[in-house]
Amino acid sequence: MLLLVATPLLLAALAFALPWPRHRPLVLLAGALAHAGTVAWIWGAPPAPALGGWLAVDAAGLLVLALVSALFLVCAAYAQGYLARRRDRDSRGFVGGLLVLLGAVSVVALSQHLGLLWVAIELTTLSTAPLIYFNQNERALEAAWKYLVTCSVGIALALLGTFLLALASAGPGGPRSLLLADLLAGGATLDRPWLRFAFVFLLAGYGTKLGLAPFHAWKPDAYGEAPGLLGALLSGGVTSVAFLALLRVLQVCRAAGEGPFARQALVGLGLLSIGFAAVFLVRQRDVKRMLAYSSVEHMGILVLGVGIGGAATTGAFLHLVYNGLTKGALFLTAGNIHRAFGSKQVEHLRGAARVLPVSGPVFLASFLAITGSPPFAPFFSEFAILDGAVKAGAWAPAAAYLVGLAVIFIGMGATVLRVVQGAPPEGAGAAAAAMGDTALTAGPPLLLLALVLALGLWVPGPLRAVVAAAAALVEGG
Amino acid sequence: MTGPLLTALQLLGFLSLPPLLLGVIGRIKARVAGREGPPLLQPYRDLARLVRKGTVYSRTTTWVFRAGPVVGLAAVLAAGLLVPLGAPAATVAFAGDFALLAALLGLARFATVVAALDTGSSFEGMGAAREVTFSALAEPALFLGFVSLVRSTGGTDLTHLLGDGLAAAWHTDGPALLLVALSIFVVALAENARLPVDDPATHLELTMIHEVMVLDHGGPDLALIQYGAALKLWLFGAVVVNLALGARLDEPAAAFAAFLGGQLAFAVAIGLVESTMARLRLVRIPQLLVGASVLSAFALVLLLR
Amino acid sequence: MTGWTDLLFILVLVLDLFVLASSRLRAGIRAVAAQGVLLSLLPVVLSGDATETRHVAILAVGALVVKAVGIPWLLARATRESTVSREVTPLLGFLPSLVLGAAGIAAAIWFAADLPLPVPGMHPLLVPTSIGTVWCGLLLIVTRRKAVGQVLGFLVLENGVFVLGLLLSDFMPSMVEVGVLLDLLAAVFVMGLVMFDIQRAFSSLDTEKLASLKD
Repeated sequence: MLLLVATPLLLAALAFALPWPRHRPLVLLAGALAHAGTVAWIWGAPPAPALGGWLAVDAAGLLVLALVSALFLVCAAYAQGYLARRRDRDSRGFVGGLLVLLGAVSVVALSQHLGLLWVAIELTTLSTAPLIYFNQNERALEAAWKYLVTCSVGIALALLGTFLLALASAGPGGPRSLLLADLLAGGATLDRPWLRFAFVFLLAGYGTKLGLAPFHAWKPDAYGEAPGLLGALLSGGVTSVAFLALLRVLQVCRAAGEGPFARQALVGLGLLSIGFAAVFLVRQRDVKRMLAYSSVEHMGILVLGVGIGGAATTGAFLHLVYNGLTKGALFLTAGNIHRAFGSKQVEHLRGAARVLPVSGPVFLASFLAITGSPPFAPFFSEFAILDGAVKAGAWAPAAAYLVGLAVIFIGMGATVLRVVQGAPPEGAGAAAAAMGDTALTAGPPLLLLALVLALGLWVPGPLRAVVAAAAALVEGG
Repeated sequence: MTGPLLTALQLLGFLSLPPLLLGVIGRIKARVAGREGPPLLQPYRDLARLVRKGTVYSRTTTWVFRAGPVVGLAAVLAAGLLVPLGAPAATVAFAGDFALLAALLGLARFATVVAALDTGSSFEGMGAAREVTFSALAEPALFLGFVSLVRSTGGTDLTHLLGDGLAAAWHTDGPALLLVALSIFVVALAENARLPVDDPATHLELTMIHEVMVLDHGGPDLALIQYGAALKLWLFGAVVVNLALGARLDEPAAAFAAFLGGQLAFAVAIGLVESTMARLRLVRIPQLLVGASVLSAFALVLLLR
Repeated sequence: MTGWTDLLFILVLVLDLFVLASSRLRAGIRAVAAQGVLLSLLPVVLSGDATETRHVAILAVGALVVKAVGIPWLLARATRESTVSREVTPLLGFLPSLVLGAAGIAAAIWFAADLPLPVPGMHPLLVPTSIGTVWCGLLLIVTRRKAVGQVLGFLVLENGVFVLGLLLSDFMPSMVEVGVLLDLLAAVFVMGLVMFDIQRAFSSLDTEKLASLKD
């Protein structure tokens, strides 16, 4: 299990050291393959806890690991084509940073100690901030700075929350530890006022990393200026681990009897995020910023799902996976479109389906998927959340949720259809010849979309079992 | 030493020694600047010279202008009766007399401002606005400081607040009292028109705050004003010094000597502050005064906890 | 002894307010360095009995080196090269910032008295100082326009978190050192400042620069 962490980090060091730009992307692919292989092995034969119980595999962690691994593998394949086209930039930092990110994300998924969890999330912030600056223009610099500052403030608040949680566990008879198992076992002895205090800060801190409103201000800038590849990994991978961190906190709260309080807060922030996203998605001029707001919306949906509880939690876990895969497809194709047309502003984009025969339609289909159209998988997960809300009698949140989804569908649809359909502008044909679809840049998003379609039609048994187990962890079943 | 003798001694000191403080400040500033400086007794000579001069009154002024310096001096003298000025007890003490102290100082300031406005010149109007604004901002700091002292020592008259109540208070609430002392020091700088709030030696009219008020007075009136200003400085010094000394010495003679030494140290401190700091921009002075109020408020919150 | 520990906490809070009120960036850097010195004294003063002296010593020296010397020196280097020495008018003026910060600290002192202490023997001013400092740090980050001003706010914020972490030094000493890892982030900021010369203002109200990154 430690291989999961060690291999990417070693390969990252290798990437920094190697002086061959042409072969460096292969290091990325090698890391992704090794990681995916290890995850598959763990899925079949879960190993024993390591490091004195600090690292262990549980259902939620396994789900996130699998998602990240799959996403990373596909993106590593994409990176071969992408970095070949971006020879103008030094890929050393990029590849190294991505591998460090993979290692950090693995640590988060495996971590059973809340302090280690925090350190690993801090590492994800540090490793991705320089990558946002990959395009090295003034806007990318500002986006990277805003990302660094905002996420660091979030991290600092999360550390404060972690300290307060440790204090809550230090009461008379308390577990006096930050290990998840100890905290869950000693749930009744946790000091409740301090636990609430801790929850507020942890929600603010990890919510910032997740991109929940009102802490989401960095998302449009960061996702907007980052390369599409990084956007896919951030929105599918980093947000998933931030969500996992929040889940661990929720588990502790539920064990201490603060479940209803925590759930209410989550429902509130979830609806707020969906609302913000709906408002800002309509008439959005920039394609990548639009995708960032979509990410805010889906994080809101995830949080709403666990906040409502019951059957909605299963839906939320399914949505975690489906959203990650679909966002991957969306960001990769958006990146292709940006490169082919030389701009990401809607004014300059038209007729993507003609210029990029694979990426364009995939972009359209992914949009349909992410907004919840059957037969794509997100429809089923979003419906499961709605079903859970209705079953729990949460009529108002359910109604707000539906309205939000509808508005987002219309708003996003107007932009996406404009981009994909119609006749391409003058001169776009020449750009397409240089930056059009190739196997390596168009294949991966197509693969992700196909996976999303397949999962919509049929959920494999093992996946279903792991999702159920993860939901049970949170629900306390 | 007995009570009446001590009271007489402290009043004698109050009436005769304050100009010496001004002399010390001037000397320190000069020495720090590398010059020799005026003699220590120069302020006395200045006062004597002013008294011998004649006065000129503008035709636009009324009795208010002539009454201003007199009322100001009278108010400060009355205020001096309320504060312990070296003896363990003030000449007059009753519950809540710190409010009367602030009121008397306010009356003195009012008399000065009204006298200046009486000249009918717009320049005095501008100066009056500045003077009154900054005093208004300094009031909360002073009051919060006094209220903190009340809370800490348990009494409400200045003799108790600045005298016997302090010995125990320093033991239990040391840090809070330190904050109060610092805050009142800043108020002292503001009320006595010292740097960094106001430059007493400026010749530029646009930078004057307190100088504007006294610009039109001459001769004996100016002597009364300058003498009153020295007395006011002595008063504020007495508050800060009593707070700092904390009634640690029981022997009256030693306590009196320590008080005088403290006043000297106060003057030296002001001299050093004036030598090292430049005058703050006018927009920054409210920040300084609000900061002093915040320090006093902190002290109060700490004591109320 | 308790009186002087009180004084340490109060000085930390006074320095917070000083950074809020001052417009000179170098004065702010010096104030944060002074705060670092005070913070490095806190573990020594709070430790009481002689358990874990080695850990306390490491923490004190580490805090001194990183917070009082290392990061301020890096920041000073970053500002030395640039022409920026003063904060332009922040989103919230200096005087309202000062008053708001003081009000937050007063509220923290007031309400902390109501929270029951889970750890016995905790100094009553510790939690209010921590929360008050965190509040001042957040105010600084949100209202300052210059990059250096935002970094100063972050340093103040993490000083507040560090103070709270000292409570854990009895039973979870390793976590306190984790708190110092926050300084790693701060160091990264500063290096970013130095490397990219980000001395200008970052604010969506600064229209000429950021009209493109708005919705």
